[in-house]
Amino acid sequence: MSAGLPGPDWLASIRRLTVDGLDGVAHPDTDEEVWRYSRIGEVDLDQYSPLKRQRGSDTVVQRDLSAYGEMAGVVVVRNGWVTEVTSSSDSVKAGVYVGPVGNTSDGEALFGAAAEEPADLYGHLNRAFGPEPVAVVVPDGVRLETPIVVVVLTDADRAAVFPRVLVRCGEDAAATVVELHTSTEVDSLVVPVLEATVGRGGYLRHGLVQELGSRVFQLGHQAFRVDQAGRIDAFVAGLGGDYARTRTDCRLVGRGAEGRLAAAYFGERAQTLDFRTFQDHAAPDTRSELLFKGALDGASRSIYTGLIRVRPEAVRTVAHQTNRNVKLSLDAWAESVPNLEIETDDVVCSHASTVSPVDEDQRFFLESRGVPTVAAERLLLEGFFEDVAAEAPHPAVADALRQALADRLDRRDVAHREVGAVAPEAESISGAGTEVPS
Amino acid sequence: MKTERVLRIEGLTARVGETDILHGVDLEVRPGEVHAVMGPNGSGKSTLAHVLMGRPGYEVTGGSVTLDGIDLLAIPTWERARAGLFLALQHPTEVPGVSLESVIAEAALAVGRSDTGFRDILVAEAARIGFDEKFVSRPLNVDLSGGEKKRNEMLMMGALRPQYAVLDEIDSGLDVDALAAVSLRLQEATEEDGLGVLAITHFSRLLEILEPDRVHVLASGRIQAEGGSELAERLEAEGYAGVLAEAGVSAGLQAEVTPPEVHVAGFGDDPFADPLADPVG
Repeated sequence: MSAGLPGPDWLASIRRLTVDGLDGVAHPDTDEEVWRYSRIGEVDLDQYSPLKRQRGSDTVVQRDLSAYGEMAGVVVVRNGWVTEVTSSSDSVKAGVYVGPVGNTSDGEALFGAAAEEPADLYGHLNRAFGPEPVAVVVPDGVRLETPIVVVVLTDADRAAVFPRVLVRCGEDAAATVVELHTSTEVDSLVVPVLEATVGRGGYLRHGLVQELGSRVFQLGHQAFRVDQAGRIDAFVAGLGGDYARTRTDCRLVGRGAEGRLAAAYFGERAQTLDFRTFQDHAAPDTRSELLFKGALDGASRSIYTGLIRVRPEAVRTVAHQTNRNVKLSLDAWAESVPNLEIETDDVVCSHASTVSPVDEDQRFFLESRGVPTVAAERLLLEGFFEDVAAEAPHPAVADALRQALADRLDRRDVAHREVGAVAPEAESISGAGTEVPS
Repeated sequence: MKTERVLRIEGLTARVGETDILHGVDLEVRPGEVHAVMGPNGSGKSTLAHVLMGRPGYEVTGGSVTLDGIDLLAIPTWERARAGLFLALQHPTEVPGVSLESVIAEAALAVGRSDTGFRDILVAEAARIGFDEKFVSRPLNVDLSGGEKKRNEMLMMGALRPQYAVLDEIDSGLDVDALAAVSLRLQEATEEDGLGVLAITHFSRLLEILEPDRVHVLASGRIQAEGGSELAERLEAEGYAGVLAEAGVSAGLQAEVTPPEVHVAGFGDDPFADPLADPVG
């Protein structure tokens, strides 16, 4: 089935093994906690075909990356295939590798380094049908000043697309990797997987800007594995797609490792933005911070479920988790479920979650200064996302988020003008809040 | 016919939730005048302030309010501000992620003014009240002391140049220096811009610098006594009970009324939420 896909023997063998085992892997079901509230039941795999070869012309993907300034490397992945690779001469000199996983001797060690086992059927499918994983290797001690940008484009219709990015940030290395996920207006299934490892004392900043077309179903998985005194800052701007799910596993496996997870999302129309996070503390003195914030307009929905897991050995863990949602319309809906699983004493953990309309006191305050209602809500929403935008790994990522928010708020303003109405009155709240120090 | 310049409140009645608070308030504030509204807790002072600006949860049940002939009760809050009314809040709201500067810029745009150039005005206004200009670009009121928040209110008032300012307990939370700076700024606004002031206050501290033309004593939702600045001095010396008894009312009969909770959680944390509550549906 996956014969004919490019790559070395070890990759072909992983594919073969995975395909052979597919029959034993169940399709996810909303009865499982991690799929609860999801729209997984709508996915009909028969509607999509995995691509056996790169289709279409080799036209260079037009994308303006000038906002990123000088870059250490650029990779374009189109429908799962690597179509462009550029590396700066400095990064090549430093031993940085950016390109198809098959062209680096490290490849086999990278594959499965952060996601040893596929998270679910879609992880298996990515293994089985992913044509050309991308590898980004930053050797020990190399500290890159400029970002590596990976453009992941889908422009095949009715396709099941399986991009995979494998990042290794070496010991005492530092790097910024930004993935830009986009598509044309296709009706396709995109199943991206990211695996990233951070070596001892390393520091990886990762950004994902997800601006898929409005008909795309995305089932994504990010796996981070951080070694002793290493640090990952992971940022997601979740903007596009019909249903876009991103599962993020952050495993802190070495003493003193740190993970900071941030996401901003904005739902419109009937789209669903679905986030599942796991802050997994498996070593002493580890620290994780999570801030996910979203706004839901129209009849859009968001799901946030997050688990902080502190294993018995992870003494002196500090872990925080905050999810805040603003409902901009009566038809919008947000689910927020934080969870703690703590197997040791001597930890500091907290979680907080809210779902609420735009704050009425804040809106009144701005209105009382002469700011019209729609403009006041706009200011409040821009302000709402400011702290999470500050977590972006690169100024261009923060700008992309702000621009995407501005576009959505413009559309919202237009919609309100057409309807001649302003935001709904604050209804009785459908929100819960928790702030549980442990 | 030239419009008479006056903020006129006539027979104003209002309620919060099911509770009637104002039972017919009559007041007139003309340009350049300073009026003090004083009264015991629960007399309706804050309700009066909020009703004038149209705060959600405060319902007008009768009477009228006009600003230079404009029917204020018929227009939304932001248009009342545009018409020239300013409300300085007792507890100025914290607005994370939004700077004072950006709020004033939006307000300027809404009245067709340029949204540039006002930064200089804000910096100058900050200097006038002895306030650091860094507050212009910081998130509005976030992590500020009570006194700093009040100075922020004055900063915005100075930039917006309203015709009439309603000050709800502007003197609470202010230290002596800040109180002097704020009172002086108000005094100057009445003289330079003809600002009409309706200062709602518990204490007469504010009125030592900002000398009122009229003092109104509000109790049980009505103006029960009126006089010149000497009335404020009497209240200070004798308390409300004596003054009100003379006017034939007993003070402090009405319970303190809290506005209804219209929502539970805002953008901030909600420390009172039930941690065991079901997740949101």
